[in-house]
Amino acid sequence: MEGLVALAVKAIFVENLALSFFLGMCTFIAVSKKISTAIGLGISVMVVQAITVPTNNLLLTYLLKPGALAWAGFPDVDLTFLGLISYIGVIAAMVQILEMILDKFFPPLYNALGIFLPLITVNCAILGGSLFMVERDYDFAQSTTYGIASGFGWALAITAMAGVREKLKYSDVPDGLQGLGITFITAGLMAMAFMSFSGVKL
Amino acid sequence: MAHKRRELLVDPLVDNNPITLQVLGICSALAVTSSLQVSFVMALAVISVTGFSSMFISMLRNHIPSSIRIIVQMVIIASLVILVDQILKAFAYEISKTLSVFVGLIITNCIVMGRAEAFAMKNPPVASFLDGVGNGLGYGLILMLVGFIRELFGAGSLFGVTILQTVNNGGWYVPNGLLLLPPSAFFVIGLLIWAFRTWKPKQVEEREFKIQTVEAH
Repeated sequence: MEGLVALAVKAIFVENLALSFFLGMCTFIAVSKKISTAIGLGISVMVVQAITVPTNNLLLTYLLKPGALAWAGFPDVDLTFLGLISYIGVIAAMVQILEMILDKFFPPLYNALGIFLPLITVNCAILGGSLFMVERDYDFAQSTTYGIASGFGWALAITAMAGVREKLKYSDVPDGLQGLGITFITAGLMAMAFMSFSGVKL
Repeated sequence: MAHKRRELLVDPLVDNNPITLQVLGICSALAVTSSLQVSFVMALAVISVTGFSSMFISMLRNHIPSSIRIIVQMVIIASLVILVDQILKAFAYEISKTLSVFVGLIITNCIVMGRAEAFAMKNPPVASFLDGVGNGLGYGLILMLVGFIRELFGAGSLFGVTILQTVNNGGWYVPNGLLLLPPSAFFVIGLLIWAFRTWKPKQVEEREFKIQTVEAH
C-alpha cells in the first residue's frame, strides 16, 4: 500500500507527464486559454488514463508478453512487437465506448466533455502513460494507481497553466513573443518549479 | 508544377513551420533534444513516418469511408511506427534505449495526423509524400537547432565530440547544467519562436487585449 502511495505522489509531482516528460503538449498549449475548459479537459484525460492504463496492462500480461499465450496453448509466442498498434487500438476503442456511455447515461457530463473526448485519442499523454507502464513493468495494482495519478498530474498542470495564461493576457509582452512564445517560456518556468519536487523521497 | 512541388517541400521549413507556427508535434520535440545525435535520429524517424504515412493514406483516400477514417489513419501510422521502432532496435539499439517511449509516441505526434487529415485526404500521393517530408523536415530543423544549442552549451560537445573543453576535463568551459534539464527545452523553443517571428513579422499573433497608451502632455 505504501509503495502505491509513493508511486502516486511520484507520478503526480516528480514525474509530471506534462512538465517533465512533455507529453500531451499540443493540447496543453492549445486548450489552456481558459480555466473552465482546462479543467474539463483535465478531468477527461484523468478518466481515460485511469481506464486505459490498467486495460493495456491486462492486454500485455495475458496476450502480448513472451509466454503470455500459454493459456491458449502457444507458450513460445512473443507478440510484443504488436504492442504499439494494440495500445492505440485499445485507447481509441475505450474513448469511443466512454463517449457512448456518457451520451446514454450522463448527458450533462457528455455535453461538458463532448468536444474533448475525440481529441484525447491522439493525446500523447494517454499513449505515453501506457508505454511507461510497459517500460517500467508495473503490475495491475501499480498500473491502476499510475493511470489515475499521472492523469491527475496532467490535469493539475494544465489547470495551473490556464490560470497563469488568464492573467498573462493583460501583460505587455514583446511582439514576437506574443502568444505561443511567452506560453513556452511560462511552461518552462512552471517546469522548473515542478523540478523542485524531485528532491522529495518517499 | 515543379515549382509547386518545391514549395510543398520548402514552405513548411520556415514560413509554415509545424512547430513554431502550427504548434504541432512539440510533445516529442522537447524531450529528446538534450543531445544532437538523438535529435537527429528522431528527426529521421519522424520524416520517414510523415512522408510514407501521407503517401499511403493519400493512395487509399478514395476508399476510406469518412466515418472511420481516423482509425484507418491510425492503423497505417502505427504500422509504420512499429517498422521504424523495429529497425532502430535492430541497428541502433543504444539510441533506441535513450529514445525509450518517444519512438512509440510518433503515433500520436500531431504532425503526422494533422498532415494526414489536412493534406493527404485531399491530394494525390506524390504531392502528399512531398508535403509529409517537408513537414517532417520543418520539425527536424527545429529539433536539430534545439539539440545543437542544448548539447553545445550544456555539455560542450556536438554529436558526442568535444567542442568546448569543459572544466571537469581540464578545459576552460563551464557547462550550463540547466540546458540538460527538461525546462530549458521550453526556453530554447520559446526564444527560437521569438527569433523566427522577429525575422518574419507576418507570423506575429494578434494581441487579445490592447494596452492603452497615454499620450504625453
